[in-house]
Amino acid sequence: MQKPRVKLPEQAKVGEIIEIKTLISHVMETGQRKDQEGKTVPRMIINSFTAKYAGKEVFSAELQPGISANPYLAFYLRVPGPGEFEFTWIDDSGDKSVERLKLNVVA
Amino acid sequence: MIVKLDRRQFATGAGALALGFGTTALAQDAAVAPQPPPPLWQQEVDKILKGAKPVPGKILLDIPEIAENGNTVPFTVSVENPMTEANYVQTLHVIAAGNPQPGIAIFRFTPDSGRAAVSSRMRLARTQDVIVIAALSSGSFVLAKRPVKVTIGGCGG
Repeated sequence: MQKPRVKLPEQAKVGEIIEIKTLISHVMETGQRKDQEGKTVPRMIINSFTAKYAGKEVFSAELQPGISANPYLAFYLRVPGPGEFEFTWIDDSGDKSVERLKLNVVA
Repeated sequence: MIVKLDRRQFATGAGALALGFGTTALAQDAAVAPQPPPPLWQQEVDKILKGAKPVPGKILLDIPEIAENGNTVPFTVSVENPMTEANYVQTLHVIAAGNPQPGIAIFRFTPDSGRAAVSSRMRLARTQDVIVIAALSSGSFVLAKRPVKVTIGGCGG
């Protein structure tokens, strides 16, 4: 899988609610489409996304074939304190992409 | 979607159709007409609610009224909720009633989420209703529905 793109605010305060935006390249093949020979193209989607902060799961998503190619996800976190994000994308083949990013928490 | 049929396929298709009519007639003769299964989206909704009745609540589904390209329709769902340990939105189900596979996604929140809101992009095969169901930590459900007109379907076929 290609390297995902993640956007965090440049800095955040403890208790502040911040938005996290993520984007990853993926065909998200639905398993419904037929190729030129009329054969069904097998399903291949990212089916799971997990966001952890400071080792604790804070948000996750079970993606289904109705999610567009190159899935974009934006969600929120109430900053509990300093920490590092760990984002994980997993597709139908078991292929995994993990991104770790530190949040700049200021007093 | 355009389905091309050659003469032979058409002939067997017509045969199957005739057969279908035959069995229907038989079933009616037996006075027990078989109930057609509920549509897929209804099955999905029933699976989530498990007989519970959604309560009124503030849930906002922000999606274009008219989507020009069904391959990528941006949407944002937000639920008005304090997001505390005692009262938070656990899961949010997004369902497209008119898609061949109605499931779009299931989002799981925690009290740490701070806000029960999520944005993404969905595929819509045709003009249809989009349904969102929020499952609250109290065990109750909130449901919202919005129609979306689709100009070019995102069926991929």
